[in-house]
Amino acid sequence: MSDVIDTLAGIEPGSPLDAIRNGRLQARTHAQASYDSLFKPLSEADASRLERIAIACFVAGLHGRPEMEAFYGTALAEAGAPAAWKGAIAAAVKAAKGQGPYGHYPKGPLSAEDKAGPVFKIGAAERDALSARLAAAFEHTHMLVFHPRDAAPPYLQALVDAGWSATGIVVISQLVAFLSYQIRVVAGLRVLKARPA
Amino acid sequence: MTDKILSTPPHVEPVVFTRDMLDWLPWLEPMAEQDLTARHMAGLVDAARAKSAYFRLLVRDPEVLEHRTKTDKDIFYNPEAGLPRAERELAAAATSRFNGCIYCASVHARFAATYSKRAEDVDRLLDKGVDTNLDARWNAIVAASIALTATPITFGPEHVDALRKVGLDEASIVDVINAASFFNWANRLMLSLGEPAAPEKA
Repeated sequence: MSDVIDTLAGIEPGSPLDAIRNGRLQARTHAQASYDSLFKPLSEADASRLERIAIACFVAGLHGRPEMEAFYGTALAEAGAPAAWKGAIAAAVKAAKGQGPYGHYPKGPLSAEDKAGPVFKIGAAERDALSARLAAAFEHTHMLVFHPRDAAPPYLQALVDAGWSATGIVVISQLVAFLSYQIRVVAGLRVLKARPA
Repeated sequence: MTDKILSTPPHVEPVVFTRDMLDWLPWLEPMAEQDLTARHMAGLVDAARAKSAYFRLLVRDPEVLEHRTKTDKDIFYNPEAGLPRAERELAAAATSRFNGCIYCASVHARFAATYSKRAEDVDRLLDKGVDTNLDARWNAIVAASIALTATPITFGPEHVDALRKVGLDEASIVDVINAASFFNWANRLMLSLGEPAAPEKA
């Protein structure tokens, strides 16, 4: 059975890292099952498969990871996304890229550690190409990727106003959070593989 | 019908990192306990989690929650080989400290302190932040976790070398990668779907 993390990290069956990953077989199996649940969902009522893949392309781009961008970019093309999406996502990535984590703490001793940074507003052309609903999801995704400690109810209200249900918000939050994990595991394993003991 | 954002009840907001037990208040309506079906109970994995507002919110997507939870448990609880539990928790606490998740940091700082019996070092990480000096081994684990947590990711061969130098074998390094990466998943859910609250004083 194919395992996306192995594919993206270049881990060969029978290799030392394959054996180590098998030492955490439940984690390996359920990381893959998480991916499957997010991208082959039982229901698309609250977040469509195409929306999920578009968000994944954006997250991959924000992390600047070519292997992830290629993987989710291929998925987007195969899923039959509107022709304008590819360019719109690339433009959004270019405008949104930054360095995280930044953000604010609750007022108090930790305020000394507050680190200012941009709140992403998607461009009008990208909004038109992607739909207001997906554009709102991209703005939220940017916060989750770069400055999650700024999260606050108005961010969720903006999603509701753009047509996302509470369940849909849970789905896209899990999606961006899962990708934050997947991208890091792949990045870490690639470094380790390239640096044999 | 559009869903509503919840206003949280009056509560005391924690303003420092702490090992104290905290509550968590959702910004979106969790499922009601009486509405949980067998599919939702499978998603919760542990029946006791039906009491938690956090898990009853996430169980709106039961399949993803189930697989998230089983990934989590194996990364942290599997006792076979690899990194000692205390240091997997250290990676989780350091990641949470760096992302700024006061709730997650509290839980995993407690575990790190319990399993390592180094409460003072864990408290120093919470109070001073991820650049504080712990000892060579913990510094290397914290630095690797932080490098994996930064966006863009800055984890490189120098982190692998540093982990090997302080005695981590390959399976232990994979545990650091898994634990820090997983908390980039967990932190984002805890931070963005609700907020921590200091428990009411008895």
